[in-house]
Amino acid sequence: MPAKGYVEISIETCKGCNLCVIHCPTKCLALNTSDTNSYGLHYAYMVDEDECIACQNCAIMCPDAAITVFKKVS
Amino acid sequence: MKPGYEQIYKRPETLLPKRMHYCPGCFHSTIHKIIMEIVEEWDIQDKVIGVCPVGCSVFAYDYLDIDMQEAAHGRAAAVATGIKRMLPDKIVFSYQGDGDLAAIGTAETIHACNRGENFTFIFINNGIYGMTGGQMAPTTLEGQKTTTSPYGREPATTGMPIKMSELVSQLISVAYVERVSCNTPANTRKAKRAIEKAFKIQMKGLGTTFIEVVSNCPSNWKCTPEESLEWIKEKALPYFPLGVFKEPAKEEVE
Ligand SMILES: Cc1ncc(C[n+]2csc(CCOP(=O)(O)OP(=O)(O)O)c2C)c(N)n1
Ligand code: SF4
Ligand code: SF4
Repeated sequence: MPAKGYVEISIETCKGCNLCVIHCPTKCLALNTSDTNSYGLHYAYMVDEDECIACQNCAIMCPDAAITVFKKVS
Repeated sequence: MKPGYEQIYKRPETLLPKRMHYCPGCFHSTIHKIIMEIVEEWDIQDKVIGVCPVGCSVFAYDYLDIDMQEAAHGRAAAVATGIKRMLPDKIVFSYQGDGDLAAIGTAETIHACNRGENFTFIFINNGIYGMTGGQMAPTTLEGQKTTTSPYGREPATTGMPIKMSELVSQLISVAYVERVSCNTPANTRKAKRAIEKAFKIQMKGLGTTFIEVVSNCPSNWKCTPEESLEWIKEKALPYFPLGVFKEPAKEEVE
């Protein structure tokens, strides 16, 4: 079944603060510890595409407004 | 966008597409974002005027796509007073740190509140002087280590942390005082609602509105952003409780 939602995270805007990751109730986000953006920072990405419920918690917590949230049209 | 999905949240366009200079995880960015969400949702870009402080948020005018005025350290309340009196139809806010609002600017703050100046204070209380390298602020917690209190703040010589919301809510002309935080998604939503309410009350001309945000400074607290949330929950909020300290009657606001 397709996920209820998904997010897009701007790699260059992200500062790797991890606040989105720790507030995702379904643990579908993570910091990419094997890559950095041009500022040398690990950025957040969707590690589990199937679990997003489009709750927006990550986007609300992201200080830098790096996250766009999409919800499945019912 | 993937087919079958709709966009439900995006960065407000009134928050300019620039990289903000704030440290990772700093709530200055979060509060900028919230204010601009309101500006965009209410379509009031031409109606809002902000006043910047001196402190880490000294360059806020570079990010917020609204009219803004820089004030000297601590004087944002005086500048906001002038702007609001000349342009009473605008929604005016000052954006100030605790060093700015509650140390060097205490007189301006208290007297603007006491006169009931009809603008909104957005007070970022991170318990430290961020910009200048982590010196003790009036809001630094008892025992908290800073560069100028290396053994922890001692009340015997420096007093107890100042509770600005409690203080200004005593003043008759102040209409609305609420203390909020951005340490959880629920609290961040509440912070946005508080600023919205303050703007509404300001538009009704009911008096001074004052929103204190219990904020963080991971860099000078010398911790990760995640640990700064723990500190807020365990240490800051027991001393600086969240909630409404004063508000007008519902029928006055609606
Ligand atoms: C008249 C004057 N005195 C002192 C300073 C030095 N100074 C710059 S920012 C600051 C305090 C910043 O702390 P705060 O207002 O809490 O803001 P933060 O950086 O933590 O956001 C001080 C003392 C100054 N710029 N001008
Ligand atoms: S909250 Fe924002 S800046 Fe922080 S890691 Fe997540 S996407 Fe990056
Ligand atoms: S020094 Fe502190 S208050 Fe200033 S931007 Fe960094 S985290 Fe924020």
